[in-house]
Amino acid sequence: MTAPAIDIVLCATVLAVALAAVSGFGVFRAVVFFIVYGVLISMAWLRLDAVDVALAEAAIGAGLTGVLLLSAVARVTRLTGSGSYRPRVNALPAAIAAAGVTVALGWAFLGLPVPRGLTEDVARNLDRSGLENPVNAVLLNFRAWDTLLESVVLLAALIGVWALAPDSGWGGRAGVPQHARRGGVLESFGRTLPPLGLMIGVYVVWAGATAPGGAFQGGTVLAAVLLLVAMAGLLPAPRIAAAGLRLALVAGPAVFLAVGMAGLGWGGFLVLPPAIAKPLILGIEAALTLSIAVTLALLVLGRPEPSTEGGG
Amino acid sequence: MSPPLADIATYLFTAIGLLFFLAGTVGLLRFPDTVSRLHALTKADNLGLGFLAVGLAFQVEHWSDLLRLGLIWALALLAAGTAAQLVARAALTEAGRRRREGR
Amino acid sequence: MIDPATVYGLTGAAVVGIGLYGFLSLRHLLRRVLAFNVVGSGIFLMFGAAGYRGAAVEADPVPQALIITGIVVALAATALAVGLILAYAGATGRRTLPEDDL
Repeated sequence: MTAPAIDIVLCATVLAVALAAVSGFGVFRAVVFFIVYGVLISMAWLRLDAVDVALAEAAIGAGLTGVLLLSAVARVTRLTGSGSYRPRVNALPAAIAAAGVTVALGWAFLGLPVPRGLTEDVARNLDRSGLENPVNAVLLNFRAWDTLLESVVLLAALIGVWALAPDSGWGGRAGVPQHARRGGVLESFGRTLPPLGLMIGVYVVWAGATAPGGAFQGGTVLAAVLLLVAMAGLLPAPRIAAAGLRLALVAGPAVFLAVGMAGLGWGGFLVLPPAIAKPLILGIEAALTLSIAVTLALLVLGRPEPSTEGGG
Repeated sequence: MSPPLADIATYLFTAIGLLFFLAGTVGLLRFPDTVSRLHALTKADNLGLGFLAVGLAFQVEHWSDLLRLGLIWALALLAAGTAAQLVARAALTEAGRRRREGR
Repeated sequence: MIDPATVYGLTGAAVVGIGLYGFLSLRHLLRRVLAFNVVGSGIFLMFGAAGYRGAAVEADPVPQALIITGIVVALAATALAVGLILAYAGATGRRTLPEDDL
């Protein structure tokens, strides 16, 4: 089977934009190119029949990472000034090393035997998983271990970010205070979009049972809604010491762990009996979506700053 | 055998849409200042996306997909309009700051 | 001729190289984190393309699930790295590491 022209064009564009993201432009442009790169890569996932991955890449890889890096650029520039500096060290050895790694990886890829894969195994057991979307069946049932630990990793990363807070900021509001012009377009955008965003986020989670979507993609949409509301200055960011917030953060991993422990009675940790797998997974997903949305939004907002203490 | 009428309509409308994208991109690259670049980008891209959505509307399998297409276009319009306003305001503030510092 | 999975796999390998070049040579710490994300994305692409090869009816769901997990973990790591960079910039007023001053 020969690759259609669209694949060649798409891959060439991906490479060009990736190069631009690490090339001599300034840090702001680099981030913009990285966001474009994320959108292009999510198109590549569509071409590879991986719609779930495309959604995750567009929402998390391009969207949230982009917001995170853009706000970081603004804050680092404020802290260090925007004076000129030498952008690169050891460019030639780095280029040689990188080219060597690429050649080795390409050679290894071409030498790989075509795998039998696990597609058939997943398909054969799909009706026992409680889900019709094979990717989410893997995420929430067959390889639930990975997803449980992933939700814990998110939590650990957030604790790490918070641990960087100065003592005077501990327990305060996450991130720097956000301002938006009163009655401006951002404020009205922040009022218009959340109802739609909530609907789409919940829809993406719900659709994940049978179609592309799921807790991570939908949770990211909900996280974006939370971030938009915070950035539009409509609601202050939550205090990281608030009990309700902490409950929302641990709800997902806690419910997941509880269901996993209950599985011990069925034959092993995280074993979901096929008859009630669907409601169990739905319960896990509901709690997980809440935790993912809140954790991702707080990861992007960052550590509490001392100056946020007086903010009301 | 000629292609079905729906396919011809899709080709036609997506081609028009792509023309708008092309025009918008050329404007983005060639126009001299931020505001006119924004003009090229938002006007052309929104119309381009609209024509793409109309073109794709001839290919839907279920009427509810029309709603999704319409929603995508409406959201893109809303987001692009808001972003354009914010970028224009940032450019204005920046220009004002430069003028003050220049004096 | 060359099939789509191979095109995307080799693109992934090249993306890893591009990201690695940026990671090794760029001094601005945020640009290093960005380049590291490019490396990760290239690895995901190679992995996904490998899972797509020999796909009879549909792409293998197991690599897809692992890649989604990877994308989320990459964001978590990036957020922690950005937090460290902001704390470093606040403490020292620098956006590059002193080891890179030659």
